Amino acid sequence: MSKKYWFDNPKNVRKFFTVFYILVIIFLIAELFIHKHTYFPWENYPFFYAVFGFVAFVFLIIIAKHILRPIVKRKEDYYND
Amino acid sequence: MINAVPPAFVFIIGALLLPLLRGKLKSVYLLLLPVLGFINFINISEGIHWSFKFLEYELILVKVDKISIIFGYIYHIITFIALLYSLHVKETAQHIAALLYAGAALGVVFAGDLFTLFIFWETMAFSAFYLIWASKTKESYGAGLRYLLVHIFGGMCLLAGIVMHYYETGSLSFGYIGLKGLSSWLIFIGFGLNCAFPGLHAWLPDAYPKTTPTGGVFMWTFTTKTAVYVLARGFPGTELLIWIGATMTVFPIFFAVIENDLRKVLSYSLINQLGYMVTGIGIGTQLSLNGTFSHVFCHILYKALLVMSMGAVIYRTGKIKCTDLGGLYKSMPITALFCIIGAASISAFPLFSGFISKSMVVEASAIGGLIPIWFMLTFASVGVLEHAGIKVPYYAFFAHDSGIRTKESPPHMLLAMGLTAFLCVFIGVMPSSLYSLLPYPVNFEPYTASHVVTTTQLLLFGALAYIFLMKSGIFPAEMRATNLDLDWFYRKGAQIFIWFINKPGSAIMQKINKIFFYKIPYFLDWLTKNPVLAIKIIRDSILLIFSIPEKRSRIKARLKAEKAIYPGDSLMPMPIGALVLWSIFFLLLYLIIYYAKGYM
Repeated sequence: MSKKYWFDNPKNVRKFFTVFYILVIIFLIAELFIHKHTYFPWENYPFFYAVFGFVAFVFLIIIAKHILRPIVKRKEDYYND
Repeated sequence: MINAVPPAFVFIIGALLLPLLRGKLKSVYLLLLPVLGFINFINISEGIHWSFKFLEYELILVKVDKISIIFGYIYHIITFIALLYSLHVKETAQHIAALLYAGAALGVVFAGDLFTLFIFWETMAFSAFYLIWASKTKESYGAGLRYLLVHIFGGMCLLAGIVMHYYETGSLSFGYIGLKGLSSWLIFIGFGLNCAFPGLHAWLPDAYPKTTPTGGVFMWTFTTKTAVYVLARGFPGTELLIWIGATMTVFPIFFAVIENDLRKVLSYSLINQLGYMVTGIGIGTQLSLNGTFSHVFCHILYKALLVMSMGAVIYRTGKIKCTDLGGLYKSMPITALFCIIGAASISAFPLFSGFISKSMVVEASAIGGLIPIWFMLTFASVGVLEHAGIKVPYYAFFAHDSGIRTKESPPHMLLAMGLTAFLCVFIGVMPSSLYSLLPYPVNFEPYTASHVVTTTQLLLFGALAYIFLMKSGIFPAEMRATNLDLDWFYRKGAQIFIWFINKPGSAIMQKINKIFFYKIPYFLDWLTKNPVLAIKIIRDSILLIFSIPEKRSRIKARLKAEKAIYPGDSLMPMPIGALVLWSIFFLLLYLIIYYAKGYM
């Protein structure tokens, strides 16, 4: 039996995610209690940054996976040098 | 003031003494050198030093002002860290190349005139080239040569620009240049190539992943940041730079998503980070330039930290691809921790250094009302989180357990990484320590509730998207692949060119060769053996083609007979008397022409 490490235990993985989700919720709610210092009108929309972060990330992945990769992907030894 | 020397000379002369030392003494010497250099550097006051006349040109070896000082600080710090990190390297040549490289970068940063700048600029290219070759693999051999060729091209653009600039302005001094005529464009391209402008960037992701693990720390630091420095001096407020910079932040993040080689991910990440600095130069306000310089400072540290952690992974496992790695936190927990600190810093989480520098540039774009630029920079911030914040630490140290069990990084590497990690956090927590070094007064407070909450939201929801995409299986799997970039044009282009030279090119040349040097001389040789008979043979050959079928057999027989006896009696059937007469006639003609020519 090989040595068990921290993330080998599913309980710890769950703990990690729980902490992460709590952080997400804290920072989401925190927005309601602060005064946003903004330069553009859309920055004042509620949860603009949260939505932007999520959408931008998904957009980035989709474009990279479905557009860029089919164009540029070659075999690993393509250049053969 | 004790007798200071130009900062570049400490490292360059120091490098030349290195072959005399061995073992522990060499290690102590290597660590002492940047310390000595630093003491020397802070002893040089602001202003112009070591200016002298060379031929009729006024050269200024060292010009110190607020901008060069901040580069002087960070270059000395990072040289110390990088040398500490590479203490285990036995090959003295690598240390020499690294020291020359660092020295040359300092030379450029303090150069007061364009000629001095150019000399150090080229020294950088050649010493960096050795750090690629020192990997001694087939890939690094080719990549090193390509690196050198590309940079020589850039250097030639720069030199041509400098020469033209001198004839236009009559001065070699290096100050604001601005985009005006051809000369300034050539200088701009020369600088821009080293700064990995889009289109001129392909050398970077091509060469950097092939450097030695230790050489990488130097490589990721000097060439590009020195280019940022010269751009900030020569072209601040150039509007084109805003767009170039914003493009640089955006396009590499797509490549980074699909890249398998983690050091190549860091190469694209470097272009992305340079984008923020270049945008800051382009905006050209005090806030944006402060942002550029503080970002240079912070970026050098956290990028070095990431590169060092990946270097340690290569050093211990010999592997660097996502598909080969995973689960390394089990064997290298401290390295993993340092890598996460670097990742958090580059992603610009609050309390880490990226947070206090990148936001200056983004805010400057907002103040300037540059709406598309602001969106590009903010979008790219999410991209940084994806490739440098999550991908690099996750695939190396966590993800699926690759089964690799190795040892923790050696102590000197841990020390170098620990020092860098400390600085990343220290600057993040105490931004005033860095802001006090900046050239312009800082009226910028990074830790407002609004800024902390919005930035953290952006990052946390990016991370949430990552978890969502992973769990739903949308996130692209890592694949063993070569992803093309613009270096395709010269790598495949060169192959096509060589094929063209070898195949159709040389075939045509061989044909031409055969006709001119083989067929024609042999024909003339054959003809002159017996011209009369030869002409008869030619005549009969032509006749044979056009003759009517009845006559054909007769001509054929005659031709066969003629060919059989050829050359036959090689002497012409001509009496001697006639021969003499013709000879005299031609001699006479020659004489007449000769004399006629004399009188003309």
